[in-house]
Amino acid sequence: MAIEVRNVTKRFGDFVALDDVCIGVADGALTALLGPSGSGKSTLLRIIGGLETPDSGTVAIGGRDVTDTPARMRDVGFVFQHYAPFKHMTVKDNVAFGLTVRRRPKAEIRERVTELLDLVRLEGLADRYPAQLSGGQLQRMALARALAVQPKVLLLDEPFGALDAQVRAELREWLRRLHDEIHVTTIFVTHDQEEAMDVAEQIVVMNLGRIEQAGTPNELYESPRNEFVMSFVGPVNRLDDMSFMRPHDIQILPSNDGEGTEALIERVVHLGFEVRVELKLEDGREIWAQVTRERAHELELHEGQILAVRLPPPRVFTPSA
Amino acid sequence: MSESVSVGAHPGGAALGRRRDPARRPAAGPGARAAHARKLGVRTIALGYLALLLAAPLVMIFYRTFEHGLIPVWNAITAPNAVHAFWLSIEIVAIVVPLNTVFGIGMALLLERGHPRGRALLGMLVDLPFAISPVVVGLALVLVYGKTGWFGDWLAAHGIQVIFSVPGMVIATAVVSLPFVARETVPVLRELGTDAEQAAATLGASRWQTLLRITLPAIRWAVVYGVVLTTARALGEFGAVSIVSGRIEGQTQTLPLYVQDRFENFDVTGAYTAAVVLALLALATLLAMNLLARRSASRTPV
Repeated sequence: MAIEVRNVTKRFGDFVALDDVCIGVADGALTALLGPSGSGKSTLLRIIGGLETPDSGTVAIGGRDVTDTPARMRDVGFVFQHYAPFKHMTVKDNVAFGLTVRRRPKAEIRERVTELLDLVRLEGLADRYPAQLSGGQLQRMALARALAVQPKVLLLDEPFGALDAQVRAELREWLRRLHDEIHVTTIFVTHDQEEAMDVAEQIVVMNLGRIEQAGTPNELYESPRNEFVMSFVGPVNRLDDMSFMRPHDIQILPSNDGEGTEALIERVVHLGFEVRVELKLEDGREIWAQVTRERAHELELHEGQILAVRLPPPRVFTPSA
Repeated sequence: MSESVSVGAHPGGAALGRRRDPARRPAAGPGARAAHARKLGVRTIALGYLALLLAAPLVMIFYRTFEHGLIPVWNAITAPNAVHAFWLSIEIVAIVVPLNTVFGIGMALLLERGHPRGRALLGMLVDLPFAISPVVVGLALVLVYGKTGWFGDWLAAHGIQVIFSVPGMVIATAVVSLPFVARETVPVLRELGTDAEQAAATLGASRWQTLLRITLPAIRWAVVYGVVLTTARALGEFGAVSIVSGRIEGQTQTLPLYVQDRFENFDVTGAYTAAVVLALLALATLLAMNLLARRSASRTPV
């Protein structure tokens, strides 16, 4: 295990940020900590990085107990949500920082910085200052800076949170490829389930300072352990407190053959390939179904139409204590 | 401006632009004129105030100094007591400013990064010299360090004279100019946040390296500004120094004390000349800061 967190609890005053949390991350894995704000995911990341100390519990990195080791001795690369650039230094001095404070020879530093700037595609911007970079460029500079000291573990706090949608998609793709290339054990924090599903090999779902479930994106989607994971990972219709239905499991029928439930189309939203159909059922419940563009076209779906849908058996959870 | 862009971009924007315009335009005519008049009025008042309080007296001092030509001015400048007062002022500034700079930075770091107990109280203590009249500071110092003061006997036994000599003047000046560097630096440190410092730590920097390479460069302008204010205050300090110095001619007279002394002895040229020197020193300090700021700004875009 590259990272082993055992029974970590952290309080801020009366607020319990982490409540007896345990996770293990395999060598070279790309893991997402996923949860809503206040779920404790950033606190957990900061505890792993040594930027917060747990009230109780232990953290081990590469088999070594680092619970009492200061951040600077932990061999972690940390990328902050707002990148924390050193504003008075050029891009290359930012990237070189970790090597400079370790007093490595100048030639080695220069070589390594050039190599890293190539890796993050900032070759031409070495002499710029952070104020002259875009959000995406700052993000990549922060990443190169963190990688310069060859950390055992790379930790990223909401790495795409502050970027606009298109840059975010590009950077996600790029981060995944980078990880394939350099294979450093990586944990990133996100509140965006789509981002977690897209980038991570493993997802740890957190809520209210506890781990709800950990597994591959597919495991979480196919067999969520409880209603929180069900509703947080993937699109969902909540029928009542504890029963759920995935929108793509709802079938819209060409004609009512008697098996279906009658429904009124309240709205049809075209999202490219996917079409979102908002329905009102006979009993007044409102749900939405996800169909393909072709299917919507074939059935000539439109607002105000009354048709029949076949509902899958809902997934029902029992409330946990 | 935004309208004209959206007109070109898509038809919806044009409609929106038309609808929005009439609502704004009628208000713009007389409104703009009134705003213009208001702006002029505000400027006149501000400039008039400055002229009355600052510019006119300064100009008068310069005028009266050079009224009778350069020879009396030269004589006044080269008078032994004047020269002594000048160098004593410089000496006190040279001791006080570095002391208070180091103290100010340290105190700002303690307040913003150290999570001290009683942070608010500590901040108030640092501000106290602003609130207390310098004369009170001077009297208080006499009470502590004077012949009959707390440390008086001990100091006398060791042959150290604080009151009525330079050490006391340095202490008095240090007290009254204490808050500037800390006051300028604290808000900048707070605004800065701890992200960059934490990033430096995760990259392997020690606390000392983080301070030298990350924190100090980030707060340097606040510190420079604080230093300038400290220098100006230390140069001009009168009240506290007046009490602890004993105003011994040629020994414990700083420039401001010398000005007062000349004025009281009807040596108007001597008083005005020393005052002009003081004003020029202050101007030079301000100018030095501006030059420093400009040179550095052309090198780093921060």
